[in-house]
Amino acid sequence: MIPLLRRDLMLATRAGGGFGLALVFFLIVIVLVPFGVGPETDILSRIAPGILWVAALLAALLSLDRIFALDHEDGTLTLIATAPVPLETVAVAKSLVHWITTGLPLTIAAPFLGVLLQLDPAGFAAVAGSLLLGTPALSVIGTFGAALTVGVRRGGLLLSLLVLPLYVPTLIFGAEVARRGVAELELTTPLLMLAGITAGAVALLPFATAAVLRMNLR
Amino acid sequence: MLRVRDLAVARGGRTVLEGVSFDVNPGEALILRGANGIGKTTLLRTLAGLQDPVAGDITFPEDEGAYASHADAVKTALSVTENLTFWADIYGNPVPDMIWDAFDIADLRDRSAGTLSAGQKRRLGLARLGVIGRKVLFLDEPTVSLDGFSVRLFTNFIRTEHLAKGGVAVIATHIDLGLSAPTLELDTYAASDRPARSSSDEAFL
Repeated sequence: MIPLLRRDLMLATRAGGGFGLALVFFLIVIVLVPFGVGPETDILSRIAPGILWVAALLAALLSLDRIFALDHEDGTLTLIATAPVPLETVAVAKSLVHWITTGLPLTIAAPFLGVLLQLDPAGFAAVAGSLLLGTPALSVIGTFGAALTVGVRRGGLLLSLLVLPLYVPTLIFGAEVARRGVAELELTTPLLMLAGITAGAVALLPFATAAVLRMNLR
Repeated sequence: MLRVRDLAVARGGRTVLEGVSFDVNPGEALILRGANGIGKTTLLRTLAGLQDPVAGDITFPEDEGAYASHADAVKTALSVTENLTFWADIYGNPVPDMIWDAFDIADLRDRSAGTLSAGQKRRLGLARLGVIGRKVLFLDEPTVSLDGFSVRLFTNFIRTEHLAKGGVAVIATHIDLGLSAPTLELDTYAASDRPARSSSDEAFL
């Protein structure tokens, strides 16, 4: 797993690797929102947690189709499948790299970009915390979607259509944690639900991803 | 070392080859020949375990098989050394020193793989076979886009570094590699054109 992780991180940071792409997209969406909504600060600060979550979700979606497609195109995926690494491990490594290159930077950037949306400083911790807890689920679910569409030409759109509905539970509870955090309400219940969704996705989906990859490589 | 009995393989739901049987002993190679579309790639993929056979048995020592497809599996954003090191690490081996001369890539070590020519990329792709240390190789058209000199390098590598050390290779190719190895003509195993599973629905309708 370590060699795969190291190689994918190396590829992500090289030219054309797409590292930072998600972050820049996130930044642009957040900058655009005040233009669309108008400058009323109380509206902006009320919708800020939800906007940050939706933007993070779309940004995570942006780089999903690269997860397996590039390795599939140049034949690497077939060779990795015959290498002494279980495909389950490959799925975990791919999800982890996706999270390190998108989920983690988004989590760190979200409170700062929240300033543009008049996010109440009291909610910074809740927004960052909910993203930290929720983005791993986005990466793992996305990796599963990427495996489903791996052989499909221009599967990017299909991938989005498949993955977005699966993101709904994460979005609902993630945004709820952020919203309650900003309003300084009790947030244990949505926090536990969010943690449960992430834990379940991380525990189960790598197996599904590996099974789907085996089918698609046949 | 490699034993295949009554193997039938399918592609896209159709059985393409059936009744394929052969043995390859340590230190021997087998050349697969046959017209385009006869099922050479399908057979090699089945042997390598990428798809299930329709019928028949394949036996070779566990964790000794390796497959090389038409594609080079070279990452253009990485350097030549980084590409080889990745495969070596995946298989838990060091990169052997002989590999640089065996495939004439010593001068390319620090070059980005994206700047290599098609033939150089192919040599780098084949050099992977030298770092993974597997005994049973399934090679699909290994000499595509190689010039005569590189083909000789490759044949030499297979003979002296692989077969001489007790390895086995099954190679699908259209050219004469210059290996003294038996040839298996796949045309004689072509399956009568019928779906892998019963077509009764279609016939009924």
